[in-house]
Amino acid sequence: MIGETAPAEARGTTAALDEARLRQQAIGVRLRRLFDEVVNEDVPGEFLEILRRADNRREEAG
Amino acid sequence: MMASADTAPPRTAAVDEDFKRELVGLIPQLRAFARALCGNPTAADDLAQDAMVRAWDARASFEMGTNMKAWTFMILRNQFYSEKRRSWRQGQLDQDAAERTLLAVDNPEAPLALDELRLCLAMLPAEQREALILVGAGGFAYEEAAEICNCAVGTVKSRVSRARRALQAALEAGAYHRDGKPAGDAMRSILAEADRLGVTR
Repeated sequence: MIGETAPAEARGTTAALDEARLRQQAIGVRLRRLFDEVVNEDVPGEFLEILRRADNRREEAG
Repeated sequence: MMASADTAPPRTAAVDEDFKRELVGLIPQLRAFARALCGNPTAADDLAQDAMVRAWDARASFEMGTNMKAWTFMILRNQFYSEKRRSWRQGQLDQDAAERTLLAVDNPEAPLALDELRLCLAMLPAEQREALILVGAGGFAYEEAAEICNCAVGTVKSRVSRARRALQAALEAGAYHRDGKPAGDAMRSILAEADRLGVTR
């Protein structure tokens, strides 16, 4: 961390940079949570149903 | 089974089954990416389903063992922009998405913190939003995100950094509140401010 002898101006700049970094980290965490919220939802059944129908087209064709 | 001199595995039912298993495992990720692009959950699931079927239909062109997540995300993204082509222009604010999200957050029951972020995300230009989502939430390296977005690595880096600055400025300014101005106006001034501040970073 910052030593007692650091000039006031430098101390302020470093603190501001630390704060900006922390805010960015907080946004990063929220962003991942927003994304993971959807990832962790149950997949609606229609997805697998649609894929099954697409797969049947292959069997009919083959 | 007959021995073959051909090194490429034949397109067998077993290969298709492997492909399908991996594709099914990616559905949650595809839904999340689609939701981030569209905002609207119903439109997002339609998009994710389209992308899934397109990936299945194109499975012969996918090389098993390579990055299927990046490949399917690319398909989904291409599908999104081809549907959106008429209304979407590069660099423009996504006014529609911002308006839709504003309506969505009018619901007082909605958890506030994530909705703030959702709304601010929706107000970003589409190319900044997708870059930030891919790198910041989707777990892609800049190089992979560049491939998915079909642009240079430096471009992705600059979009991600602009998106981060704009999000931070928007969250701090509370730009997600209705203030009588269209959401796009508020966001435009914030983006300009973030750009101005950006010279110091």
